[in-house]
Amino acid sequence: MIYARVVGNVVSTIKHAGLQAKAVFVVQPLTPEGQDDGDSFLAVDHAQSGPGDHVLILREGNGIRQILKDPKSPIRCLIVAVVDVVAPAA
Amino acid sequence: MYLARVIGTVVATQKVPGLQGIRLLLVQPVGEDGQERGKPVTAADLTLAGPGDLVHVTTSREAALVMPDPFVPVDAAIVSIVDEVYVDPTGAPAVNR
Repeated sequence: MIYARVVGNVVSTIKHAGLQAKAVFVVQPLTPEGQDDGDSFLAVDHAQSGPGDHVLILREGNGIRQILKDPKSPIRCLIVAVVDVVAPAA
Repeated sequence: MYLARVIGTVVATQKVPGLQGIRLLLVQPVGEDGQERGKPVTAADLTLAGPGDLVHVTTSREAALVMPDPFVPVDAAIVSIVDEVYVDPTGAPAVNR
């Protein structure tokens, strides 16, 4: 998974069935220290996260299809956790 | 999965059978601020997005799953037409946290 921050959200009316009733967020990958690290992209929320939250994103379709129990889900990036703390190993 | 703007249409009559009847659009990946990112890509489309539309593109195996027949040679597909992108400029923590 990768560590990222939720930057904003994407609203769509016309969409694939696999995206029905799901929140799509713009996410910005982060370094462990919380600095922006690379280009932002889109991820579907599955952990009740919101803008400003630091999250973990799973980017592997097969795992996502199992989590969502949807064998035809077109989702490739799924927010699977809201991160409270990233603690360095001292 | 990324945002992109539809900038054209791709027409191909000579192609592998799997691509028959699939609408191909030329899309330019963009950031949430609309800035272009990288090179244009040809994506399969079922949403009937038009030129200038902002769309949400999925890639690799998941793109093929968008199509009615999941075993097609497609590695980029449009999954939605984007109406709005809201960006929280301050990066402030979510209100309910």
